[in-house]
Amino acid sequence: MITLKINGLPVAVEAGSTILEAAQFLGFPIPTLCHMEGLSPYGACRLCVVEIGEGPRARLVTSCTYPAEEGLVVRTASARVVRARRMVIELLLASCPQSRTIQDLASAHGVHQQRFRQEHEDCILCGRCVRMCEEQMMAKAIGFQGRGERRTIGTPFNEPSAQCRQCGGCIYVCPACQLRCTYNEPDKAICGACANLPAPCLEKEGAADMLCYMSPCVACEIKR
Amino acid sequence: MSLAFSERARAEIDRLLARYPTRGAATLPVLRVAEREFGGIDDDVMVLVADTLDLSPAQVRGVFSFYTHLRRPGWGKYVLQVCATLSCALRGCEGLADHLEARLGIRAGQTTPDRRFTLLKVECLARCGESPVLQVNDDMYVNVTPAKADAILESLP
Ligand code: FES
Ligand code: FES
Repeated sequence: MITLKINGLPVAVEAGSTILEAAQFLGFPIPTLCHMEGLSPYGACRLCVVEIGEGPRARLVTSCTYPAEEGLVVRTASARVVRARRMVIELLLASCPQSRTIQDLASAHGVHQQRFRQEHEDCILCGRCVRMCEEQMMAKAIGFQGRGERRTIGTPFNEPSAQCRQCGGCIYVCPACQLRCTYNEPDKAICGACANLPAPCLEKEGAADMLCYMSPCVACEIKR
Repeated sequence: MSLAFSERARAEIDRLLARYPTRGAATLPVLRVAEREFGGIDDDVMVLVADTLDLSPAQVRGVFSFYTHLRRPGWGKYVLQVCATLSCALRGCEGLADHLEARLGIRAGQTTPDRRFTLLKVECLARCGESPVLQVNDDMYVNVTPAKADAILESLP
């Protein structure tokens, strides 16, 4: 067991847990986006920031990747943390304003303004789908491509991937709600393709017998 | 698949693999071997490298496309990489890129018809303190002004 202090409370957690796991186990809420149980920690979205240390040595770290250490002092909701978190949400909102998940986060954290230009991206590069495909589905069909501004997620060479079994795992875990089912264009229903398709499934009723992974469909919010 | 590594390249890859804990860790050096072997790396070469390393093409593609220092077939003799990331942007890399585009008569991402130059706008080249940065093949030039870029291009054999 490791003893540390979370929000002033001395606690003991199992060795090997992250700050996030420790805090969640003890009931301190920390919002997350790229984190997902069963997938390796990735630290992409920065939403789970917490403050560790004291005085001038205090700093912000991502709790989903930071291991709980003996004697660590953690604040999960200090003014600095809240400010950083709201900034992260505001930035996520600017890149993906149409995402329900992000809108909900914004409202839950009181982000009512948005000072950055809206990009309407389909993807926030949280990497959940990539890790899902690799770690749970053992397919490694999709991956990141490029770097910086031009970074995208997709199948290699932008063709249907031979490794993809169309399990839909990538769609299922997408927090941007933008990986949409492509039931009406089965040949385009490859993993990653949906990341770039603009049309959500509109006439879903007529296609009840077709394979759709979402129930309810996250894209259109229609219950089957 | 018709594409295959030569005996020599295979031996070199085996030597490389012995030095790394996992096959995936050898991705970059093996891509280097492939670059030398095939004169550049296209989609088929990436698939070959993936097969060689027991990786998926998506993983090799991810690594390859992250970097800009591995050649693509069809690039010119000299690859000019202008850093277009933040520090360089603040210090005027746009002007440098525009200047090179005008001088070579091509847009970023293109190659001159005589196959001498390829111009690229790339992500941070890690010399941010001395921006703007221009990389010509494997040589790095810092604090590059349009005039300095002209001098560099003229000095090339
Ligand atoms: S949840 Fe920790 S960085 Fe995304
Ligand atoms: S921003 Fe140009 S070298 Fe880093």
